[in-house]
Order: sequence, then structure tokens, then C-alpha cells
Amino acid sequence: MFGYLLKRILQSLVVLLCVSFVVFVMMYHSGDPVEMLLPPEATQKQVQELRHHLGLDRPFAVQYWTFLKNALGGDLGKSFVFNQPAVRLIVERIPATLELALSAIFLAMIIGIPAGMYAAVRPTSWPAKAIMSGSLLGISLPVFWLGIILVLTFSVTLGWLPSSGRGETTMFAGIRLGFLNMNGFRHLILPSLTIAVFQLALIIRLVRAGMMEVMLQDFIKFLKAKGLSQKKVIYIHALKNILIPVVTIIGLQLGNIIAFAVVTESIFAWPGMGKLVIDSIHGLDRPVVLAYLLIVSLIFVILNFIVDLVYTLLDPRIRLR
Amino acid sequence: MTREAWSGFWEDFTQSPSGVFGAILTLLCGLAALLAPFISPQNPYDLTQLFLEKSHLGPTLFKDWSYSHFMLGSDGQGRCMYSAILYGMRISLYVGLASTLLSATFGTLVGLLAGYAGGKTDAMIMRIADIQLSFPAILIALTIMAIWGQGLFKIIIAISVVNWVFYARTARGSTLSEREKDYVDAARAIGMPATLIMVKEMLPNILAPIIVIGTVRVANAIILESTLSFLGLGVPITEPSLGSLIYEGYQELFSGEWWISMFPGIGLMIIVLGVNLLGDRLRDVLNPRLKR
Repeated sequence: MFGYLLKRILQSLVVLLCVSFVVFVMMYHSGDPVEMLLPPEATQKQVQELRHHLGLDRPFAVQYWTFLKNALGGDLGKSFVFNQPAVRLIVERIPATLELALSAIFLAMIIGIPAGMYAAVRPTSWPAKAIMSGSLLGISLPVFWLGIILVLTFSVTLGWLPSSGRGETTMFAGIRLGFLNMNGFRHLILPSLTIAVFQLALIIRLVRAGMMEVMLQDFIKFLKAKGLSQKKVIYIHALKNILIPVVTIIGLQLGNIIAFAVVTESIFAWPGMGKLVIDSIHGLDRPVVLAYLLIVSLIFVILNFIVDLVYTLLDPRIRLR
Repeated sequence: MTREAWSGFWEDFTQSPSGVFGAILTLLCGLAALLAPFISPQNPYDLTQLFLEKSHLGPTLFKDWSYSHFMLGSDGQGRCMYSAILYGMRISLYVGLASTLLSATFGTLVGLLAGYAGGKTDAMIMRIADIQLSFPAILIALTIMAIWGQGLFKIIIAISVVNWVFYARTARGSTLSEREKDYVDAARAIGMPATLIMVKEMLPNILAPIIVIGTVRVANAIILESTLSFLGLGVPITEPSLGSLIYEGYQELFSGEWWISMFPGIGLMIIVLGVNLLGDRLRDVLNPRLKR
């Protein structure tokens, strides 16, 4: 177990190093941020001074080395636009993004697991067919368009829910959370619903497929023959067996949701890290983009790691090597 | 395939109504995209055909059912939405197909090489694939477009970079099982060079699963392209795809002009749904394990 942990941590570090190098090389060869930062009437001297000040006039290897050294100390450079540490800008926005992601997953799970199970147990009934067609539609629906439809319906036409921003937040254990008060909660509904629909469709299909497979297995037949009620067989024994793939996918999807938050956050002007990175890309704010990519990569590496560990806890047959 | 195999395939395929429905939707979208210059009432990119007094028109389709100019309304520049959607569909489908073709070709060749060569080559290629797969597609494509800037060609490359992994893994898997077969040994025995064995002998035998994945991934590529275009990181404004049209419409949403974003979105959904249904059916028909 210890050897496995050590190996995984080393692997993760190599991955992060690769990511940082690839991104840095690409950034280095992309446009000059100085032109964006200064007004067009700036003199050549001003341009050179700013380039020197930002360290952009030094050779590539030196820039990368400085970047790596600082990165290890948790310093990924200062934002050109905000003139604040890039890491701080992003870390400040992580709770908003996580709040969105977790509420979406929660929503998808509490609806998706029962719906998928129902569709598997009564595959020929009309609600089951409706659930499956709905899930196909959910997978085909582009996330950003769904968001727009929700805004159009609930904000523009009906005027029930707000369509942009996070609303009021409450401090809880040092973190700003929106869902603890009514205003923040109302702001959360549309964006998290937008993210949840795709995840919901995915979970329904996964649970249904897993359930149908499990229901054919011998131990289910045995339990039924033993005289256990249908409910107990389904809700206790079958459910236990499909939870492993569901947990894995949900863990991995969490990473996807955090990445996809760039879309949802742009639509709903949600002040999370996704919106920050899109704004930074358009504003050529190189350090923030770089810091975002590295921090998100770090989150992914950690998530994958946790999913692997949870996997072994749920299924003792799997041995980590 | 022989004629008999074709008719057998056709018979299998048409057994599912949803598959046929998907095929029809895909065909219609393909035709609409192909014939856009001939069937659209207006060339939306010809500035001499745009008139500002015709801007912000609501759709007339629901009042009187007629096929005409501005039946789906117009946008802020007096552009007929119906024509814009046809042209947008053209670009969306083009990017989807081109990126799929590119990534399938590259991915298949790399996977073939990994499977045939084995050893260190295999390990290295597959490690890269694993690392890439642990990051979401949108993030990789976003990074490339963020650094590189907008462009039709660039987005095709970006989507191909995201998708090659799927083909490489599948091709490698099939190659590993093909490698053990007698015809490969025979080809080796007569002194055929490795490149020729891979491309001429093995490639045709591993193509079926690649085609199936390709169909499903086209829908994915189209969604990814429109998402990036919606974020302003996709195709340039001069060649708007469905995603860029939806973004443009989103700006006008709060002034109540819902049609500018709604109709391109419906167009996008029809393509994606059609290709998904078609792909699902192809997978079922071509997968020998599911054969009765």
C-alpha cells in the first residue's frame, strides 16, 4: 500500500511537471501581453520597461526556471490585469465553483439513481421509456444552450429566478457559501440545474445498464428464491452492487464539471474560477491562465487518486499495486 | 462488402425506428448544409444583401405558414436567421467531419504502431494517452484555443488533439489481437516490410470499430466546437457556426429577442441527436458480440 502511494504521488508530480512545461511553451509562443496592457499610444520605452518589469525580456529557459522555482513556493506569478497574485485570485473563486459543482452532482444523484433503477426494473413501462428518451435528449443537449433556455424560461419570461451572479453569500467556517440564505439559493438553482441535466442523463444510463446486468446474476435469483421481497432485493442487494461504477463515474465527473464550469459560469456570470479564466484568456492575462491550468490539473490528479482509493474500499477484490 | 452483406446490414439497420430516424435527420442536415447557397433566401455574409431596416424582425413562421425570407426572424444586422442557420450548420458539420477524419486517421495509425511494435513504443504512446484522458476534453481544447487564438483550421486541430486518444486505444486493442493471426505471420514470412504489413494487411481488418467510434465522436466534436465558439474561442466571427450564432443571440436574449439564440440551438440539437441515434444504431449493428 505504501509503495503504491509513493508511486502514484511520483507519477502525479511527473504529470504536473509535463502539464506546466507544455502550457508554458505554448504560452511563450503565443501573443505578447504587453500590447494588450498598454494603450496604443505608448512609447517604445514604456513598452520595454513593462516587458522588463514583467520579466518577459529574459530567455525562455530562465523564465521557465523562475516560474518553476516560484511555483514550488506556491507563487504562480502576478495577474497582469488585477496586479494580485494569480493563485490568490483563483483560490478565492474555488468555493463558488465547488458549490456549483457539488450541488449539481447532488441533484443529479438524488434524481438519477432512482430513475435509472426504475427504468431497469420495469423496462417496458411508459415512464421507463420516457426516462430513457429524456436521458438521450439530455446527452444530446449542448450545456450552454440548455442554460440559455433556462434563462429564457425562468428569468426572462416568467421572472421567477435571477439569471446572473451569485447573490448574497453567508460566511460559514471561513468560506463564502451562497445556498445558506434564500437569495443565494435562488441564484444557485439555474446554474446548477444546467450542469445537473447532463450528469443526470449519464447517471440514469449508467445505473440502468448496471442494474440490468446485476438483476440477471445468480445471487439475485438465489435471493428471490430464498423468498426475499422484491423491494429488499432491489434496494439493498442490487443497489449495493451498482454503486461502485456509479461512485467512480461521479468522482471522475466532478473533475469534468469543474472544467465545464467555464461554460456555465460564463452564461450565468457566476463568480467562479471558470469565468475568471475565460476573462483572463480574452484579456491575455497569462499568469492567471497558467495558474488556473496548473491548479485545475492538481485538482484532477487528486480526484483521480481519491477515486482509486475509494474503489478499493468499496470492492475488496481490487488490489492496488 | 459484397452486395449480400450490404443488404443484410441494411435489413439489420432498419429494424430500429430510432436508428432510421437518426439517419434521416443526419441526411437532412447534411443536405441542408451542402445546399445552403442554393436554398437559403439570402447570403448572410454578403454585406450588400443586409439591410438595417430589416433588423430585429420577429419570426413570421407561426403567424402564416410560409417558406420565406425572415421566417425565423432576423438579427441585429438584418441577417435572415434561417439563412444564417443553414450556413452555420455547414461550418459546424464541416468542423465535425474534418476533425473526426483527422483524429481518426492519426489516432488509428498511432494505435496500429503501438499495438504492432509493442515494448517501449507502446508503453510511451499509451502513457501519453492515459495522461491526456485524465483531463477533460473541454480543458485541453480550451487551452489550445486560448493560446492559439480563433480560427477554423485551429479549432479542427484542437478537436483532433482531444479525440485521437479514443481511436488510438481502439486501434491498439484490435491490432494486439490481429497480430497473433496467421496472415500476419505469413506476410512476415515472405519478407514484407513492417510498414506494409501494418497498412496493407492489418489496417483493413481493424477498421470496423474505428468507423463506429467515429460516428459517435462526430456528434461530440460538433458539440465541442459550438461550445468553444460560444465562449468566443472557436471559429472567427466572419464564419459563424451554430455556436457563434447562439452566442450572438444570447446577447440579445434580455431584450426579448429569443429567436436569435433559440433557432440555431434547435438546429444544433437536431444534428447532434441525429448523429447520436445513427451512431448508436451503427454500433449495435456492427458489433458482432451483440448479434443474435
